[in-house]
Amino acid sequence: MSDAFITRTEIDGDADGPLDGQRIAVKDNISTDGTRTTCGSAMLAEYVPPYDATVIERLKRAGATIVGKTNMDEFGMGTTTESSHFGPTTNPVDEERVPGGSSGGSAAAVAAGEADLALGTDTGGSVRCPAAFCGVVGIKPTYGLVSRYGLVAYANSLEQVGPLAPTVEGAASLLDIIAGPDERDATTRSEGADTDYASAADGDIDGTTIGVLTDLVDGADERVAAVFEERIAELEERGAEIREIELDSLTHAVRAYYVIAMSEASSNLARFDGVRYGISGGFDGDWNDAFARAREAGFGSEVKRRVLLGTYALSAGYHDKYYEKAQDTRAWIKQEFDAAFEQADVLASPTMPVLPPKLGESPEDPLQHYLMDANTVPVNLADLPAISVPAGTADGLPVGAQFVGPAFGERAVIRAASALE
Amino acid sequence: MSDASVDPATVAHVADLARVDLDEDEAEAFAAQFADVLDYFETLDEVPEIESEPELVNVLRTDEARESLSQDEALRNAPETEDGYFEGPPVG
Repeated sequence: MSDAFITRTEIDGDADGPLDGQRIAVKDNISTDGTRTTCGSAMLAEYVPPYDATVIERLKRAGATIVGKTNMDEFGMGTTTESSHFGPTTNPVDEERVPGGSSGGSAAAVAAGEADLALGTDTGGSVRCPAAFCGVVGIKPTYGLVSRYGLVAYANSLEQVGPLAPTVEGAASLLDIIAGPDERDATTRSEGADTDYASAADGDIDGTTIGVLTDLVDGADERVAAVFEERIAELEERGAEIREIELDSLTHAVRAYYVIAMSEASSNLARFDGVRYGISGGFDGDWNDAFARAREAGFGSEVKRRVLLGTYALSAGYHDKYYEKAQDTRAWIKQEFDAAFEQADVLASPTMPVLPPKLGESPEDPLQHYLMDANTVPVNLADLPAISVPAGTADGLPVGAQFVGPAFGERAVIRAASALE
Repeated sequence: MSDASVDPATVAHVADLARVDLDEDEAEAFAAQFADVLDYFETLDEVPEIESEPELVNVLRTDEARESLSQDEALRNAPETEDGYFEGPPVG
């Protein structure tokens, strides 16, 4: 039994469908009717949702069996799954190492064969990072493709539910099940209706123009960059056209990402008051005292850090300086990506700039930790689709390659990724 | 360091605004970390102002009554309830 799950269960599908007989693991920030959903937090350790998220309804309708709720960084805040209140998850490839985060439990469950498929969520790379570290496939869909109804919100302008699977075709098939408009999430788009992503996993790269994001390759560990470059050269031999692309805005992506994510977190996590749900602070003193005590007891360090920094960034005098400039950066990144897609069908980089760190050895300095997200966060800021696919190993550890597509260009990234399998 | 000097008192003030109690050790540790993180955010100043007009549309549905959670379901996760209501601390 691995430590990939917070809760093991067996929720059967409602009907016969394409996911009949498939065991699916679900990240523990996606609401499941009657099964506790903790978000990896003491605050929600006993929380039992009274309804299913839309993606869960769609899994059940497709005949899937949900086998458990997976471990995660608390409220999705982390890159290693070590910030979970329930303890870390280990990487099935090397048990001394982290599985990545924040959907580390979902990736580990698939890598260990304890689930056939899994759902994670990706706010700044949280599906792609653990996919890369555990040697599986993960897709971050275009913003608006998949309903967020029933997902416990962290930074809602950035996050999407995404599939993890052993193969590109498997991940694409699961995305076909969960994609599509939902009247309960007004940010979903009609482009997601009637998708057929699975058939794009045909391995055909001939004639595709791949733009290599040189800034992200240069910033990576040289062992990671070497694996990535070798595989890109192989795709060139098979008929892909390779171009080098530089995007000046990417230098500022991590800064903008954290300002926006923390600001949204400070607002979204205000709902945890210990009255409607969550740990109660007890009723001595007034509302503010009880509220503050509940949140002291219920939130871990990283969550407090981000809520406070977000509150600071939005407070009078700093809003224009941090939040407005972060929104400018976001718009700049979108414009540069749009221009890049006039020169290339897909863009490529290593998924993570580093190999999976050992448990307990990630940088203690939060700032150094945040820099691990450099290659993944630009995609969330630009609302684009991206996939992480295993590209090989360095020192026996998995290296992931990331392909990024234009909005609703899932078929293009799925096709490119399948060529690397 | 930027003009945003971050001492434990500043952290305590923000924690108060965010309604999160901190112990003293935590406030001190955060003060050092916040100085670094905010310093890092500082270079966003270099970003040019960007003209962007996002394509936004209002998405509205008709306002009609529909099925919702029952009162029992809505109260199921509350630490304290009384007579079918949430029970909370006194307001001020």
